[in-house]
Amino acid sequence: MSKVDENWSLVIQPQAKWWNLQLREIWNYRDLILLFVKRDIVAVYKQTVLGPLWFFLSPIFTVIAYNFVFGTIAKMPTDTIPGPLFYLSGTTLWNYFSGCFTATSNTFNTNAVIFGKVYFPRMVAPISIILSNLFKFAVQMLMFFAVLAYYMFAADSNIVLTKYVLLFPLLVVMMGGLALGVGIILSAMTTKYRDLKNFIGFGVSLLMWISPVIYPVSAVGSKYGWLLKLNPISPIIECFRLGFTGYGTVSTFDLLYSGGFIAAILLIGAIMFHRVERTFMDTV
Amino acid sequence: MSETVIKVEQLSKRYRLGLVGAGTLREDLIGLWYKLTGKEDPYLQLAESNVQSQTSDSDYVWALKDVNFEVRQGEVLGIIGKNGAGKSTLLKLLSRVTAPTQGTIKAKGRIASLLEVGTGFHPELTGKENIFLNGAIMGMNRKEIARKLDEIIEFAGIQRYVNTPVKRYSSGMYVRLAFAVAAHLEPEILIVDEVLAVGDAEFQRKALGKMQDVSSGEGRTVLFVSHNMKAVKSLCTRAILMEHGTVAFEGSPSEAVARYLHQNTSVHDNFEYNEGDNPENAHEFAVLEHACINNSLPVKYEDDVNLEFTIRFNQEMPFHLNFHLKSLENDHIFQTSTEPFQVTRGSKWKVSFTIPGKLLNERSYQASISFVRDGSATFNVNHRLLTFTISERIVESLNWYGTTPGLLNPEIANEVTRL
Repeated sequence: MSKVDENWSLVIQPQAKWWNLQLREIWNYRDLILLFVKRDIVAVYKQTVLGPLWFFLSPIFTVIAYNFVFGTIAKMPTDTIPGPLFYLSGTTLWNYFSGCFTATSNTFNTNAVIFGKVYFPRMVAPISIILSNLFKFAVQMLMFFAVLAYYMFAADSNIVLTKYVLLFPLLVVMMGGLALGVGIILSAMTTKYRDLKNFIGFGVSLLMWISPVIYPVSAVGSKYGWLLKLNPISPIIECFRLGFTGYGTVSTFDLLYSGGFIAAILLIGAIMFHRVERTFMDTV
Repeated sequence: MSETVIKVEQLSKRYRLGLVGAGTLREDLIGLWYKLTGKEDPYLQLAESNVQSQTSDSDYVWALKDVNFEVRQGEVLGIIGKNGAGKSTLLKLLSRVTAPTQGTIKAKGRIASLLEVGTGFHPELTGKENIFLNGAIMGMNRKEIARKLDEIIEFAGIQRYVNTPVKRYSSGMYVRLAFAVAAHLEPEILIVDEVLAVGDAEFQRKALGKMQDVSSGEGRTVLFVSHNMKAVKSLCTRAILMEHGTVAFEGSPSEAVARYLHQNTSVHDNFEYNEGDNPENAHEFAVLEHACINNSLPVKYEDDVNLEFTIRFNQEMPFHLNFHLKSLENDHIFQTSTEPFQVTRGSKWKVSFTIPGKLLNERSYQASISFVRDGSATFNVNHRLLTFTISERIVESLNWYGTTPGLLNPEIANEVTRL
């Protein structure tokens, strides 16, 4: 017996196909993504005195501290790039990654109330986090450009822009993509394994030590170089430095590896996230 | 016959009881270890043996079990039932907050819910910003919202406060704004849940009016979940009564409401004495039966309420009885006493009380009796309560769907004189 009308616009079933990631639906909610981004940017700095100035303060002090500890005291090499510029380039990129990652990995907990009441593709929340952090990143990039301009024109240094600077937008996309991918994997896992939440905080700081944030790849000997080679963040930071300062160790293969890694992580993340989003309300 | 816009088939939802979400990595790693070493996972065993078991110590409970119904376009379907009957779970599944365990829901068109109003409102954002945010959360795009902005602001009555952060709003304004956004969503299917519990009378009228417009004027479908029987009766075209996670009745709203109220006219059977009493005396008397013996239940507002208690005594003593009427919230409304009477061992007595009509309000009450021996020692029978309900008065002249407030609703003489 055939059913009369089968043109349902919505069918809710217990199991969703793992490959149906509802990308189309996420696109339909693009206005919501933008409004979330706006909310995050506006709401955080309402009723603060300094407002977005806070975006500058934290990297400035970080760079001063790094420059003192790793540069002056430990005398670690910086690829002949002036210390402040070297550390600033590392921390600016790194902060974007860690900010995105920490926030997205907590998606389900921060949004539990709203997820409990209305439906919208849950992926909207982590995507909007990646985008709103982009604003903070852009502001910090302005500071980086100011410091860069100082070393290029005012101070006596050997800083030059190279053609790799054209890859900059791609590097930002890669960094955001990696943070999104790893973030949603952990957000999906923490709904079940609360233990992982404890890991995220120090996991991020540990990861920084095997990323070329406070030292260049060239300073690492061949003995431990593979560790940095495996880290998909390394080529991003090195390529960024190569583009803006002329010093960096990165090959096309490194970049391709990093890009492939990120694409795989994103796909795995999207599948895991999608599996969890449908019933996570029952377990929170 | 208009087309079916929602089709719910064998819908079931199972929840895990107890330590939900307490699953730890350790537990799963142990499970994995057992699997690798070829033994059975102890946790899995535990879970499986309890699945679907109906005993009270089961780890799982079916919040919904095999629910089937259809809704046609333009219908206002009332969903009623006691707390815990599965209404909210049903709405959560319909609004896709969580996924069903079994079964399917098929729908045509956008489903928007007012599960709880004000979702996603950010206190720091202004009223206007929140309209956009809330609208987008509900699935509207920016253009749609911009087109309706003025209408929404006017409906909510917040013209003066559009650019004020909503954290400065009164709770009434907050709710009005939230409802206004939702009411202007124009979804094909609107889910309304208990919104009538909030807001003032005028707003309530506005909201119900809007709901009616949506269904009759614009041909859209409304699912209306409420404990307000009067509103269900007057607004809904059909109703389903939920009971223990299943559909107990589906049909006309008045029939469903009548059955619902009948459910509530129940006898609580656990016969206990309150802790202040001497348990030695527990066997001195027993309430054998108690009932509301009116012909039509729920009791009509105009009718006298006839309550009967059958009691057996095991003592030879002078006794008298106190009759207590309480609201469901346990407010003591009044107490009245019988004349003392001499009882003999093993004698049975029938005591009836008549509460005059046009006195009680349209709500549920609980009645109980207490025993007074020798004019001094009192024994309360706290748990043997007789619950009854006064049905709602539909006063056509007043366009008012709410209940009249107050524990009592006597007819009071009034006179309006122009001076």
